[in-house]
Amino acid sequence: MLQTPLIDAHRRAGAKLVEFAGWELPLHYGSQIEEHHAVRRAAGMFDTSHMLALDVEGAGAGSFLARALANNVGRLTRPGKALYSCMLREDGGILDDLLVHFLRADLFRVVVNAATADKDLAWLASLGPEGATLRPRRDLAMIAVQGPQARERTWAALPALRAASEPLGAFFGAQAGAAFVSRTGYTGEDGFELLLPAAQAEDAWERLARAGVRPCGLGARDTLRLEAGMNLYGQDMDEHTTPLECGLGWTVDLESSRDFVGKRALATRLAARVQLGLLLAQGGGVLRAHQRVRLAHGEGEITSGSFSPTLRTSIALARLPVRAAPGDAAEVEVRDKRLPVHIVRPPFVRHGRILV
Amino acid sequence: MNVPEDLRYTASHEWLRAEADGTLSVGITDHAQESLGEMVFVELPEPGRSLAAGDGAAVVESVKAASDVYAPVAGEVVAANTALNDDPGKLNKAPYDAWLFRLRPSDPSAAGKLLDAGAYRKSFK
Repeated sequence: MLQTPLIDAHRRAGAKLVEFAGWELPLHYGSQIEEHHAVRRAAGMFDTSHMLALDVEGAGAGSFLARALANNVGRLTRPGKALYSCMLREDGGILDDLLVHFLRADLFRVVVNAATADKDLAWLASLGPEGATLRPRRDLAMIAVQGPQARERTWAALPALRAASEPLGAFFGAQAGAAFVSRTGYTGEDGFELLLPAAQAEDAWERLARAGVRPCGLGARDTLRLEAGMNLYGQDMDEHTTPLECGLGWTVDLESSRDFVGKRALATRLAARVQLGLLLAQGGGVLRAHQRVRLAHGEGEITSGSFSPTLRTSIALARLPVRAAPGDAAEVEVRDKRLPVHIVRPPFVRHGRILV
Repeated sequence: MNVPEDLRYTASHEWLRAEADGTLSVGITDHAQESLGEMVFVELPEPGRSLAAGDGAAVVESVKAASDVYAPVAGEVVAANTALNDDPGKLNKAPYDAWLFRLRPSDPSAAGKLLDAGAYRKSFK
């Protein structure tokens, strides 16, 4: 199993370590529910060093990414600005979802999922990046500090980051010495994602912990992103799903004249399914991936489901017939029962507030 | 890991306690709660239900997963611990106090044939 530069810090903090995408990572440090609440109410941090930062550098970097990504990097004109995008196959299936930062006209930084990193690299190389080189940055560790107090506690722990990161608006990043700080995340809360030289990661982690940032594991990361209505690659989407079928139509640029891999397929392939949220109406169990959803006009399937610590009931993302709409009645098959659910439009929670 | 000496156990990680009135309390072990993680839901059997040994009797769900709890011996359900409906976390905090249901066993000697504490400890090493 691969280990991040923070493995010793996790062990010292009593993490329950599990295998995730080939990496040994914390599931929790005692209570994933308490970790979840820490992020919604104050500040928590995640070791996301398993994700891969990939620098795309050269005069052709922008035009290459404009061809490779479904969202339009041409919209990125201010240095540091980030864009969420899918990378598609020719048939419109999703190879990965990623964040791309515009650093300079000739330098973009892409952050991709751990499980797909090797596949993504091979795919990008196969597209023929003319005038651009792909440089995987395995020398960088990544820490996501998230929550309403995340920024203040980051500055308390790492004062050198303050000057560069205080002016950052949402979805912007900036270089701060050896670190790259971006105001992004995967929890629905404010905060930063820090890319640091691996050798500095452990010290930064310990300083953040001393400043009151609670270490959080994959368990809390999953319930937080689910409440925030954010997809998990490999679960809510994969190569057999198009962005239009998993709630990511807003990330696909079909309007501009730009041609990109998968565009033709998306323009002709009708979405057979639509992604919506489910909220368990009266209890009776926990919604889980692959449970069947029954509606008046067809059936669907849960792609992610869990107990929501903020709502104190179960929530899910589900792929439903295209006619399904928020407010419709539906039932989910849980063991031998059919539990009534409300169909809602995600997110369920943003910035500490319940929205459904 | 906590495995009290005065209880009996199953390989599927249930524990049994012999109560003074001849009934058996059934719960899940410390090892079971530890591996399942934080509990958020329980489904308990109705009193009066007859169970064969090995029947699914209850369901416990953690944030992570759902898990069946089996009847360790045959018998009739005489009580369910409905206090757990409001606080499933008791299964994590005090697994040997948080009984799920009580059985009146068809065969009063059946529980004595299950694993004792030493045998249970060995069963998953």
